[in-house]
Amino acid sequence: MLDNLQLLFVYAPVMNVQMILDGIFIGAVFALAAYGLALVWGVMNVKNLAQGDFVIMGGYVAFTAHNIGIHPVLALPIIAIVMFLYGLVVYQLVIKRVIDNDMFVSLLATFGLSLFMQQVMNLIYGPEVQTVDSHMYIMTMFDDFVTVPTVKIVSLGLAAFFATVIVIFMTRSRMGQAIRATAQDARAARVLGIDTNKVYMFTFGLNSAICGIAGVLVSMIWVLQPFYGIVYALRTFAIVTAAGLGNLPGVITMSFILGWVEQYAGIVAGAEYQIAAAVFVLIGVLSWRQVQMRRQRQVVR
Amino acid sequence: MNEKLIYIGLAAFGILGPIAFPDYIIQFAVLWIMVIMASTWDITGGQMGYNSLGNIAFFGVGMYISACIQVSMFYDLGDFTASYGAIKPVFTDLQYYTGLGLGIVFAGVGCSLFSLLLGLAVFGLRGPYFAIGTLGVAVAAREIAGTIDVIGAGAGIAMPFLPLPIEYRSAFFYVLCFILAVFAHLVIRWLFKTQFGLAANAIRDDEDKAEAMGIPTLRYKQVGWAIAAFFMGCAGAVFGNMVGYIEPLEVAFPVATFGIFMVAMSLLGGKGTLWGPVLGAIFFHVVKEATWTYLLGLQWVVLGLILILNIVYFQQGIMGWLQAKYPERFGIAVDESTSASKEGV
Repeated sequence: MLDNLQLLFVYAPVMNVQMILDGIFIGAVFALAAYGLALVWGVMNVKNLAQGDFVIMGGYVAFTAHNIGIHPVLALPIIAIVMFLYGLVVYQLVIKRVIDNDMFVSLLATFGLSLFMQQVMNLIYGPEVQTVDSHMYIMTMFDDFVTVPTVKIVSLGLAAFFATVIVIFMTRSRMGQAIRATAQDARAARVLGIDTNKVYMFTFGLNSAICGIAGVLVSMIWVLQPFYGIVYALRTFAIVTAAGLGNLPGVITMSFILGWVEQYAGIVAGAEYQIAAAVFVLIGVLSWRQVQMRRQRQVVR
Repeated sequence: MNEKLIYIGLAAFGILGPIAFPDYIIQFAVLWIMVIMASTWDITGGQMGYNSLGNIAFFGVGMYISACIQVSMFYDLGDFTASYGAIKPVFTDLQYYTGLGLGIVFAGVGCSLFSLLLGLAVFGLRGPYFAIGTLGVAVAAREIAGTIDVIGAGAGIAMPFLPLPIEYRSAFFYVLCFILAVFAHLVIRWLFKTQFGLAANAIRDDEDKAEAMGIPTLRYKQVGWAIAAFFMGCAGAVFGNMVGYIEPLEVAFPVATFGIFMVAMSLLGGKGTLWGPVLGAIFFHVVKEATWTYLLGLQWVVLGLILILNIVYFQQGIMGWLQAKYPERFGIAVDESTSASKEGV
């Protein structure tokens, strides 16, 4: 471990640039998925443990499109629509019935959903690790010390673009306003004539579409595997618990922090700690919030 | 009267079942382990409303504690694991049985202590945060166990061999599992006849009010979790010896399988009841083995579907459904005037 630290800060400080860049690229994808989770959590109080599997599913839709011969970036709108429709179906069959229930029920129901989606993807695409080749140029900096694939920059740009679109949608459009009203007070929204059921349905579809977009980015810059979903779900939970609901700047900041923590944990402590890092961040955040709440004689709920 | 019949039936099933179907004896043993898991999950999960997704951590910790005790009482643990099973230590009968007995007891006690410590850290969380936090603890325990070299890291530990002829091996562990399940059941049954049961249900219904009534809620939660942890640790120790090989991902900390199964079993049977988890475990195990046998390849898909269907459409579970259907058989008095107003809630 000490050797790795020495390597990082004494022999090759340029590597830090690589890791900070990678942290930003990976964090942008986390931010999209985490914003979707925060949306669903905040609006209808459903904790979607299948979030990661929606991401991976989006990736596999992109993989299918790639196999047909469509470039994933061009297929993005189609994939978003496909995932949106899938989200509506899932809402009608499962989520609709767990909204009014005890919060733990939503956690377990979506866990069942996650298991189901993993296995169906496993049956269709097999357990092998898959990638989508985006045929883009790889740039290097600092005498080949730092590699920056163009596709990562493109995906960062796409993530930023979609985040902006979503924010504008949420603040300007009628549906976005209805969603925010429902999140504030569902009963009052109902009294004022908002069809909350429709709002819930749309929100879940929107979340699914956002995850699908994140999945396309994952498919281009990392790898797809049917069982990687749960890791993304844990990461999004860590981010959202740390940042709080409805706090977009917080979500984005926390996503980048988690991205950097994972990069550094992977280098300093070993590759097997890269995934554990997300879990440790989650536990750390929960403990910290408990300590804070205990000062005011309250609990984290 | 009614309950006596159930006990006689279950005892007959537990004793005659493996005699009648000797090929399935390990399956019966796993069934009792699952009964223990579901029943102990229900102490905090169903009765107290603290839905832990991380109870499986105690299972794995107990397994590792018993393995360490069994080996290190007579051999050097580091050498043993570093050889990856190349050293085949010979245990005398006495050594093996004392090791096993002490291993099981210390696994239980160690897990109880571990749960007390952990409880201080997680009982400030409520609802979904508690579930997510404990899930995180279980995953973290798995990752940490995979990096400690002295307990074999990712490669695992081979357990000592039972010094009995091989044909008695499964019967021996079956008896251990059965006794442990009966013991756990009786303890839980006694526990919820005492004041503990009332306090636990008060915590589930409204913790703030329970605290205002002077119930030391944290202590009750810790005691409940410690008892659950004790039996999970013992079950882990027995299971580890039964499997014969411990490895962090699939055997010791199966977070995504047994860790979730125990919750699913409790919900399926009806959480917050004494018999619900037992019924749920039996039903779940039968369905699981049937799908594994007849729908191989689709088994996980079917399992995910069962979980969704159970939670979305059949939340009250078998016992809850029975209690709603025949309340008089369970000694529940239904007040029509209040039950009618419940529809509107």
